[in-house]
This record gives sequence, C-alpha cells and structure tokens, in this order.
Amino acid sequence: MDVLMLSRMQFASTTIFHFFFVPVTIGLSFIIAIMETMYVRKGDEVYKRMAKFWGKLFLVNFAIGVVTGILQEFQFGMNWSDYSRFVGDIFGAPLAIEALLAFFLESTFIGIWIFGWEKVSKKIHLLSIWFVAIGTTLSAFWILAANSFMQHPVGYTINNGRAEMNDFLSLITNGQVLVEFPHTVLGAFATGAFLIIGISAFKLLKKQDTDFFKRSFQIAVIVGVISSIGVAFAGHWQAQYLVKTQPMKMAASEGLWEDSADPAPWTVVASIDPENKMSSHELKVPYVLSFLSYSKFSGSVKGMNTLQSEYEQAYGPGDYIPPVRTTFWSFRIMIAAGMAMIFITLWAIYLMWRKKMDQPNTKFMRICLTGLLLPPIANTAGWTMTEFGRQPWTVFGLLTTDKSVSPNITSGQVLFSLITFNTAYAALLIVLIYLFVKVIKKGPNGVDEESEHSTDPYNTKE
Amino acid sequence: MLSLNELWFVLIAVLFVGFFFLEGFDFGVGMQSQLLPANEKQRRVMINSIGPFWDANEVWLITGAGAMFAAFPNWYATLFSGFYVPFVFALFGLILRGVAFEYRGKAQSAGWRKTWDLSILIGSFLPPFLLAIVFASFIKGLPIDGDMQMHASFFGDIVNVYTVLAGLTVILLCNVHGLLFTALRTFGELQDRARKRAQVLLLPTGALLLAFVIMTYFETDIFEVRGILLWAIVLLGIVAFVLSGYFCKKKRDGWAFGMTGAVLGLSVISVFVGLFPRVMVSSLGEAFNLTITNSASGHYSLKVMTIVALTLLPFVLGYQIWSYFIFHKRLSDKETLEY
Repeated sequence: MDVLMLSRMQFASTTIFHFFFVPVTIGLSFIIAIMETMYVRKGDEVYKRMAKFWGKLFLVNFAIGVVTGILQEFQFGMNWSDYSRFVGDIFGAPLAIEALLAFFLESTFIGIWIFGWEKVSKKIHLLSIWFVAIGTTLSAFWILAANSFMQHPVGYTINNGRAEMNDFLSLITNGQVLVEFPHTVLGAFATGAFLIIGISAFKLLKKQDTDFFKRSFQIAVIVGVISSIGVAFAGHWQAQYLVKTQPMKMAASEGLWEDSADPAPWTVVASIDPENKMSSHELKVPYVLSFLSYSKFSGSVKGMNTLQSEYEQAYGPGDYIPPVRTTFWSFRIMIAAGMAMIFITLWAIYLMWRKKMDQPNTKFMRICLTGLLLPPIANTAGWTMTEFGRQPWTVFGLLTTDKSVSPNITSGQVLFSLITFNTAYAALLIVLIYLFVKVIKKGPNGVDEESEHSTDPYNTKE
Repeated sequence: MLSLNELWFVLIAVLFVGFFFLEGFDFGVGMQSQLLPANEKQRRVMINSIGPFWDANEVWLITGAGAMFAAFPNWYATLFSGFYVPFVFALFGLILRGVAFEYRGKAQSAGWRKTWDLSILIGSFLPPFLLAIVFASFIKGLPIDGDMQMHASFFGDIVNVYTVLAGLTVILLCNVHGLLFTALRTFGELQDRARKRAQVLLLPTGALLLAFVIMTYFETDIFEVRGILLWAIVLLGIVAFVLSGYFCKKKRDGWAFGMTGAVLGLSVISVFVGLFPRVMVSSLGEAFNLTITNSASGHYSLKVMTIVALTLLPFVLGYQIWSYFIFHKRLSDKETLEY
C-alpha cells in the first residue's frame, strides 16, 4: 500500500480511537462537577462518594484521552507535512491556543483534584473539577475551530502558495464551528450521561448499592435527556449549514445522484451503486429532506451529478464525489443511535416522574445497560460522515488529501507506526475494560481501599 | 525591539527550557523510581511525589510543538516528518508512561505492577533520550533539500556518536535532577538514598557533559557563530553544575535541584542561541537552512498569536506555581498513595 492510503488509515484509527475517550472525558467531568457541587452545597457524603466513584472511571478514561491526544497533535506534522505547511498559519494557531488555554488548565487542576482531597479546602477542590470540565470544553472548542476551517475555510487569503490568516475573529466565529461545537459538546454530555446511566442500571439490576446508583442514575438521566434532545436540534442546524457550504457532503449522505424533487423526500434506506452512479430500493419519507435542509417543507436539494459538474468547472477536472456508501450509512447510524438515546432518556424521565424507580422493570434496565454503546456509535458515525464526506478535500475547495501527505516518508515507516500504535490501542482498550469492570465490581464502597494510608512509608520492610 | 519572528523563536525556546527543567525531573523520578527504592512503599512514594505535576509538565512539550506549528509551520512540518521513526518511539514512550502512572495503583497483583513499572522505565527513558537526539542534530545539521524536505537516514544522520552522546548526557542529567527532586520531597531513608545516588551520578554526568561540549565544538559551528556568548553559557553551565554538587553535599536539596535544572535549561538555551536565526541547519548547504524568516507564519498570524499568548501566559504561570505551592510539603506519613 502507498503512503497516502496508510497515512489515511493511521489518521482514521488514531482519530476514532481518540474520540472514544474525549466525549467521556468532557461529559463525565461535568457530571462529576455537578455531583461535587451538590456535596459542597448539601454536605451529604453520598455525593462525595459519587464524585470519587465516577471519578475513578473518569481517570482511567482520561489517561487514554491524554496520551492519544498527543498523537493527534504530532501526526499532522509526521504524516501530513504538506498540509501543515499549507495551513500552519491558520490551523496552528487554534492548536497552540488549545494547549495554552485548555491543556494547561485541565492538566494542572486534574493534579490538584486527584491529589488534593486532603490538601485544599472543599471549595478549592470543587473549583478544580470545574476548571477541568471547563478546560476540556475549551479544548473542544479550539480543535473544532481548526476542524471547521477544513470544512469551511474562512478568514484567509492565499499567499505564496499557502493559506494565510487575515481575520482571526471570523476564524473563531466561523458558522461551521458555531454549529459543530454545540453538536459535539452536547453529544459528549450525552456520552458521559449514558455511561453513568448504563452502569447504574447494571448495578440496580444486581441490587447493589441501590440508593447510590438510583441517585446517580437520576442525575445522569437529567443531563442525558437535555443533551440528547439538544444534540438533535444542533444537528438540525448543522445540516442546514451543510447544505449551504458543503452540498456535496449532503448529497452523498443522502445517496442523491440527481437533483431531488421539490419538496424533497428523505431516504431512509437505499442500495447504493457508486460505479453506475445510482441508488435503488429506496424507502423515502416525503418532505423530510426539505425540512432537514431548509427548515421548511419545500425546496429541492442538489444531487451529486449536478455538483460534480459544478465542481469540475470551479476546481478543474477530477472526482469530487466522496465515498458515498460510507457517508450515507454513517449518517443513518448516527441518527438512529441519537433517536434511541432520546427515547431511552424520555422513558427514564417518565419512570422517575411516575415514581416507578423503586421497582424499576428489568427489561428497561437492560435497555439502559445496552444504551451505553449508543453514544460511541453515534459519535464515531458522526465523525465518519463529517470527515469522509469532505473527501477528496482536506481543506474544502483549497487542498486535496493526496496533496497533503508528507512527501518524504516511506510506506515502511508508516506501516511501522500503524502497527505500533494500533497494537497499543488494542492493548489499552483491553486494559481499560479490565479496569472498568474491576472498579464497577468493587462499587462505591471499595473506592478508597486501594489508595493506601500508610503509617511508616519509607522504612517498612515488606 | 524584537521582531515577532524573533519573539516567537524566544517563546519556543522558553517553552522547551520549561519542559526540560520541569519534565526533566519527572522523567528522572520515573527512571529512578525503578532503580532506587528499597521496597514497594518507597517506590510508591517516589512516583506519587510527581503525581500532581507530571501531566502539566508534559503540556510544556505539547505547547512547544503547538507553538512551532502556529509560528513556524515549515519548521514543524520538516521536523516531524523528517524524524518520523524517532517520534514514533518517543510517542510510544509517552503513551506507556501516561497510562502507567494512572494504572499501576489500580490493581494489586505483582505482575500488574511490574508491567507498569517497566512501562514507566521505558516511557521515562525514550522521550528525553530521543528529544535530546533531535536537539543535537538541529545544530549538527540534517539533509534538508531545497523543498524544505528532510531525507535523513536513521543510522548516520539521526543516530550517530554525537547525538547519542547528547541523549545519554540528558538522560543522566534528568536522573540526577529527579533524584534531587526526590530528596526535596521526601525524608528519612528514601531521602538519604536519593542524595547518595545523586552524588554518585554527578561525576559521570559531569564527564559526559564535558565530552559533549568538546564534541559540540568540533561537530557544529555554533561556537564559531556565537563565540563569546556561547562560551559564557558554557561557563555558567559549569558553575551551575559544580554548585549542584556542592549543595548536594551540604544537603541543601532545593538549591542543588535548582542548579541541575539550570544546567538542563542552559543546555537547551545553548542550542537555541547557536541556532539563531536558523531553526534547522541543513547539511546540504547554507542556502537550504530553515530560518525564523523562511519557515514562519505571516505577520498577521504572529501578531494574533502574540496577543493571545501574552494575555494567557501570566495566568498559566500563576496557577502552575500555585499548584507547586499546594504540594510543597514533603510527603507526610499520612499520605494517600494514589499511584
């Protein structure tokens, strides 16, 4: 395989793996901050135990998020050096600000949070988890601002064969980031919430620490219902922005070859044949695509064939159609997972409202447990659609992926890194699951056992 | 007045000085925690002594790389693609290390701990060793062509006697620096052991440092280019090194620690001073050097970055210093051992 293909695999595997952990970090840090706030305000020890127990899982997850994040930053230069040269002027700035503003904040205060339970006052300790939560969110904003430039370049001029920044304000108020940020962050909140919902459901099924997990469940359900409904709204705005700025991605995610009818129906499923540029066996719901695209029940959406010829005129000859099947199906998987999340949290709210939580029905609790998998599926599918749908561009309209790759690296080198890192990812995943199971099995009362209080730390003969 | 390009060159130098000073000691503690302690409890104490700090220390490196990307994209691109394989190893080390600290205390079995201890050892050795190789080859020169592409052979251009010497010197320095940090943060038997070990290591470290300075004189042009200024830095380095030995003997751990940190910092400074105004030296001819002009971002971008950085930096420094203050006491006997 060539350097380009291997580098794409490297990028995809690193990004997808990294993004299993980032949303958990963002979501859990906020929910833990809420729990600790309740502890400080109400003085009820159970909330402290909550912060500590969920904090254990948070830290196990946080560690992988951090180490794969370093890889993310370095791989732009390692595998995509021509991309880095082309956009460094613009893309580097948000990354550097991310490090300066967000990484320092979260790494310093996570240290204070872990090691400060007996060293700083309750309020300072609470403040430190809030700083961690704010830090992770700021970090998301800056990396998404960078990503948004790739989706929809703004605030630049082309100078000396590269993109140069000429308007920082428009870079960080890019319409793309204004829709991408809420969508991603609300998705992250939902991810954290569903982790707690799922694990709590499991413990409630086993009837262990019922009070503790019932309360955790309730906090998470409230966060979950708000964020999973919010994520759908944000997604709707994002779709409308997409039609305006990257119509090809929208057409591909609909499997739409020719311009749609007016009003446009939404395709639920279809069999897509990219070779012959056609879709068959389509199941359609009338009006919905018009609504998705324009928030009204009329309007036609451009198809890929029309756009292909438009793009050829604008950018010269070439194939501007992204991998249609991947884009189409990842969009549907994301939506299905998102709908299921809304359904589960609404049902849970109903149970809480009807005070049926005391004898929760086992079937629903089992659904909640499986629901744990929904956010990672939705997150991965969402990013797959976003990034695959942008192909063949790295920076939309400006730079293609094949011109972004490092010209001076060999496929042997990339294969070596691909194997090294993917082996590490696999090992980390196994370790993570092992530790999660261990922490969950022990439950909230086992949390303090491991960190030992020693009386004679330095001279003990073991 | 400094031009913006010069300012960013200085800022990146500051970030790397900060990185080697700070993460230098936690790399050292990481390595020595596997070599020094007499028992498991001492090992835990040692690792926990850097617990609240190592993550933020590492961010100095991440910010340094980010600042390179933003201010000198061509430097970032040439460097990271050119040193592809060394960076794979360095990243692998950072991955192992980051999770090892967090995970080693999370299960009780001996095999579990041994695995993560080995990870800490490897992960604390590889990054500083490889970064020292990278910095040494900056000034020695690398085959960078007219398209700013670096085509270096792994053995020869990157790994050679000079760069490996740099790597080993930095490793020993980090070890001494880390031992003095341990002496500063603990008491009793562990503290005595750390001090003694630091004293033993000081001699070979000094020998390597001297050899490195001599070899730098012959292998690079930085003494030619900078003359008296570089000699002054070397002299300061020698003074700091001798003082660290003196303070160590007098059991003034804080001062001794500061001095080894100064030696690390001055080593980084000498590289940046020797480079300026270049950022990477091409061995194929002066015309191909990367400089603070031909590798930089545009003026607008640098201006924006400068405003952002100068606004944020005081806060960042403030809360980092504060976090060291929170954990300034020696680890007491009632300590909760997380790791």
